[in-house]
Amino acid sequence: MSTDNKTNIFPDTSELIEEILNKYPSKVAKKRSKSLVSNDPEKDQEIQANIRTIPGIITQRGCCYAGCKGVILGPTRDIINIVHGPIGCSFYAWLTRRNQTDAGVDGENYMNYCFSTDMQDTNIVFGGEKKLETAIREAYEMFKPHSIGVFSTCPIGLIGDDVHAVSRKMKEELGINIFGFSCEGYKGVSQSAGHHIANNGIFKHVVGLNDTDPGGKFKINLLGEYNIGGDSFVLEKYFEEMGITLVSTFSGNSTMSQFENAHMADLNAVMCHRSINYIAEMLEQKYGIPWIKINFIGADATAKSLRRIAEYFEDEELMAKAEAIIAREMLEVKATIEDVKTRTEGKLCMMYVGGSRAHHYQELFGEIGMRTISAGYEFGHRDDYEGRKVLDSIKIDADSRNIEELEISKEEANWREDLVEKKTALKNKGYAFSDYDGMMPDMEKNSLVIDDISHWETEKLIEYYKPDIIGAGIKEKYVIQKYGVPLKQLHSYDYGGPYAGFKGAINFYNDIDKMVNTKIWGLIPPPWKNEPELVAKMADAAY
Amino acid sequence: METLKEIKSKEFTSTRNACKVCTPLGASVVYKGIEGCVPLIHGSQGCATYIRRYLISHYKEPVDIASTNFTEETAIFGGEKNLFIAIKNVTKQYNPKIIGIATTCLSEVIGDDMRKIIHRYKTENEGDTNLPELVFVNTPSFMGTHINGFHDTILSLVKAFATHKKTTQSVNIFPGFLSPADLQLLKEIFADVAINPIMVPDYSDILDNEYTGEYEKLPKGGTTIKELQETGSAKASIEFGYILNKSNAKSQTAAEFLEADFGVPRINFNIPIGINATDAFFSELEKLTNTKTPEKYTKQRGKLVDAYVDGHKYVFGKKAVVYGEEDFVIAMISFLEEIGIETVLCASGGDSGLLKNVIQEKIKPRKTINIHDNFDFEEIATVCKELKPDILIGNSKGYYIARELGIPLARVGFPIHDRLGGSRIKHIGYEGTQQLFDTIANTLIQQMQENSPVGYKYM
Repeated sequence: MSTDNKTNIFPDTSELIEEILNKYPSKVAKKRSKSLVSNDPEKDQEIQANIRTIPGIITQRGCCYAGCKGVILGPTRDIINIVHGPIGCSFYAWLTRRNQTDAGVDGENYMNYCFSTDMQDTNIVFGGEKKLETAIREAYEMFKPHSIGVFSTCPIGLIGDDVHAVSRKMKEELGINIFGFSCEGYKGVSQSAGHHIANNGIFKHVVGLNDTDPGGKFKINLLGEYNIGGDSFVLEKYFEEMGITLVSTFSGNSTMSQFENAHMADLNAVMCHRSINYIAEMLEQKYGIPWIKINFIGADATAKSLRRIAEYFEDEELMAKAEAIIAREMLEVKATIEDVKTRTEGKLCMMYVGGSRAHHYQELFGEIGMRTISAGYEFGHRDDYEGRKVLDSIKIDADSRNIEELEISKEEANWREDLVEKKTALKNKGYAFSDYDGMMPDMEKNSLVIDDISHWETEKLIEYYKPDIIGAGIKEKYVIQKYGVPLKQLHSYDYGGPYAGFKGAINFYNDIDKMVNTKIWGLIPPPWKNEPELVAKMADAAY
Repeated sequence: METLKEIKSKEFTSTRNACKVCTPLGASVVYKGIEGCVPLIHGSQGCATYIRRYLISHYKEPVDIASTNFTEETAIFGGEKNLFIAIKNVTKQYNPKIIGIATTCLSEVIGDDMRKIIHRYKTENEGDTNLPELVFVNTPSFMGTHINGFHDTILSLVKAFATHKKTTQSVNIFPGFLSPADLQLLKEIFADVAINPIMVPDYSDILDNEYTGEYEKLPKGGTTIKELQETGSAKASIEFGYILNKSNAKSQTAAEFLEADFGVPRINFNIPIGINATDAFFSELEKLTNTKTPEKYTKQRGKLVDAYVDGHKYVFGKKAVVYGEEDFVIAMISFLEEIGIETVLCASGGDSGLLKNVIQEKIKPRKTINIHDNFDFEEIATVCKELKPDILIGNSKGYYIARELGIPLARVGFPIHDRLGGSRIKHIGYEGTQQLFDTIANTLIQQMQENSPVGYKYM
C-alpha cells in the first residue's frame, strides 16, 4: 500500500457508520451516532464522549471503583488499600495492572496484597463499619504502613456505611494517615469518575503534608505515568542524567511521601491528561505551580518533551544535557526504525484504549510508518479528543455533577509567585501551558474516531478496514485475534515493555514488527482473503 | 513464627488475598455453557468488565457478558428500565436463544424483583418472534463464592426449563466447575459407553474455541434449551462434588430438584480425580448401561497404574498444600492419598462449614490433614511457612507464596492467569489423572534437579 498521505487518503466513512448504526434500535442509533466522527483535522468537530454506556452494549469500560483504586492508588507501594465490600471487587483488582515498583531491599511495598472486608449478608443487613474498623486495625498491626486507603463499593454506598467517618476515627486511634474514597461502582459513567475522586482524595488528604525541600535545581512532578511494564524506570534515568529532581510521580513507582511533598515542585509535567489533570489544576490553583502536557510515548515525542522541560527552566546546561541524551539515544532509535520500517511501512492500525493511550501510541506506530485509520478512548472526555479549548462548552450532566469539584484556595505560605511570574514571561515568548490539543487534530482526514467503542462496532470496523494490528485490552484480544488480526495490549503490554522513552520506543517497534509479521497469521487466512484490499478502495477515494 | 495452633486461634476479620471469587462469575461461566446464551449482569458495568477480564485471561477466548450499566440514578430508582434496554440491545445485536441474567450486590441491595421485572418485559413484548428466553439467578456476592453462583445458576436453568415427559435413556450430568478439556473428556466417555448425556453446563467448545476462519459472536456448542427441558425426563442425574452450593442452608442442587420434583434418581459422588474416584464413576456407568467398561478405559487405567508405579518414589511422602474450591480440593486430596503425597494443608476460600467433615467421612485420609475453609492466601502462606511443604497444588493466585518460599507450584483448577492452556488442563478420569500425575511428579523432579549440586540429566 502506498504511504503517500497526500494522494492516498482514507476512504469516506459514511457508509460504514450507517451500517454500524443500522444494527441498533433507532433511539440507540441516534444517540450513538454522535460518538462516531469521520475526522477532519482542519475543522473543529464535536464528538460525544463521557456519557453513559447504553445498557446491553458490551463496553470496554470499567467502573468508578476500578479507576479510583486500580489506577490512581494501586501503583503506590506504601499504602494499604482496603476495599470495603464483597470479595469480588478487591479480588479482581489484585495486581492485574502490571504496575511496577522499586521498593529497594527492605522498602515498604503492599502492592502484592489485596485486602477486603469481604462483606457477608449479615454485614449488609446490620452495617459493616465495625468490620471495617477491625480490618483497618488488622492491616495496621500486620504492617504498620505509612497510610491506609479505604475504598467504598456499590453495596456500601447503599447501606450507608460512612467510610470517611471510620477512616477519621481510625486515623485518630492509630496515628497514621487513613482516608476513604466514596468510589462506588455506579458513580459516573466509567473509571474516569474514579480517577477524579482519587485525585480529589489524594489532594485533600496527602498533598502538601510535607514542606521539606526535596533539593535540586530543577524540580518536577510527573503526572499520569503509571509505570506499566517499567515505563517510569526509563524516564527516571533521563531525569537523573539531566539533573532534574523528580519529586513525585502520580502514580507509578510512587510513594505516599512523594505525594506529601509534591507541592514543592517547580513544574508539573502531565502525561495522561485524562486521569490526572485535576491534580495538575489543583496544584496550580493552590500553590501556583504551572503544568505542561508532555508525552514520552514515541521517540520524537520523548525528545520534544525533554526539550520542553529543559526550556521551561531556561538553563543552558540543562538544555545541553537534554540534547546530549536525545542525540545519543536517537542513534539506536533511527537504526531500528530503518530496519523495522521495511516490514511495517504502510500497515494500518487501530486503537481503542484509555484516556490518552489511544492518542499517544499513534506516535509510535507512525514512527515505523504505520497509519492509524481509527481510534477512540474508552473513558476519555471531549477535551481529550478536541482539546482543552472546548472545556467551557462541555455540558455538565447529572453523572458528572455527582463527582465533587474541590474548592481550592491559594495557600499563602507555599505560594510560588516566582513560578506565576515565570509562567507569564514564558507565555509571552510563546511557550504553551495547560495545553492539550486532544487527539483529533493529530489524526488523518477521514480516519474514524469512536468514543467508547462497543463490541459490535469493533467487529464491523475489522471487517471494513482489515487492519494489520489493533491496540486495545485483554477483553478485546481474543475476539480480534479470531479475525486473524493481532492485538497489542496497550494496558498491560502483553508482558512486554517498557514502551516509554527512547529505549521503550525501540522495544515497541520490535514487538510490533514481530506481531504483524509472524508466520502464524499465514495459517489463519482472514475471512476477507478473497475480497479486494482496502488499498483499492482508498485509491478510488483519492479521486 | 506463628505455629499452627496460634494460627487457628488468631482469627482475621479482613480477607487478605482471597482464595475465592464472587458469585456472578460462577453464573457467567454456566451461562457461557448454554447454547446461544448471552450472560447479562444486572448491576454496575464494572462487574461485567471485571468478570470478563478474569474469564478471558484464563480461557483466552472471547467472553461476551452484557451489563445493565447501573448509574447513581439507577441505584436510586431501580434497574428495571436499564434491564429492558439491555435485553433489547442484546437481542438486536446477538439474536440469542437465551439471555442469562445474574444479579449483583447492587441490584440485590436495592431489592429489584427480578421475577416481576422479567415478567413485565415478557408481557410488554408478547408476540415478538425474536424474544429470547429470559432466565435469572440471584447472585449477591456477599453470599457464598463463585461456586455458589455456579450451582445456583444451573438450578435456575433446570427449574426454568425442565419438564417431565416419558422417561428417556438420557443421563443428566452436572460436572461442576471443571475445565473445558474435562468436559470434552466426559463427553467422550459418555459416547464410548453409549449414553446420551445432557451435560449442564457444556462450555467444552465455547470456552476452548477452534479457529474456523469465521468469527462467531455466539460460538457453537453448549447445552441446548431442548436438552434443559429434557433433564426432567432423564433416567438419572450424575452430580460430581459433595459440597456444591450447600453453604446456603436453603440451597438445592439441580440434581436434587430433579429428583424431588420429577423423580429423576440422583447419583452423587466425588469429582473423578484419581483411580478410586474414576473407578467409582465407571462402575456407576456400568450400572446405568448394564455393560462392562470399554477396553479403551481399562487400558487407560492400566497405563495409569503403571505410571503410578514408575513414579511412586518421586512423589511418595512428599508434602503438599492444596487450595481451591471446596469440591475441587476434596477430589484432589483423594487423588493425592492414592499416590502417597501427604496433604499437609487443604484450604479453600469456600465457607460451607462442611469441608472438614466431608473429607474425614468420604476420603478418610491416612494422616491428619489441616483442613481450613474460609481461608485466604495470607493464611495459607503463614501455614506454609510453618509446615514447609514440597509443593503447592492449586491455581496461579498462589504463585507468590511459591515464589517467596522457593517451592514449586503445580498449576491446576481456576484461574490460571500466568500460563497458557488453563482451559486445556485435564483433571478427571484416568486420562486427566494421568496428566495431573505427570505434572505433579515432573514439578517435583524439576525442583530436585534444579537444587541438585550435580544437575543430573538422567534419573
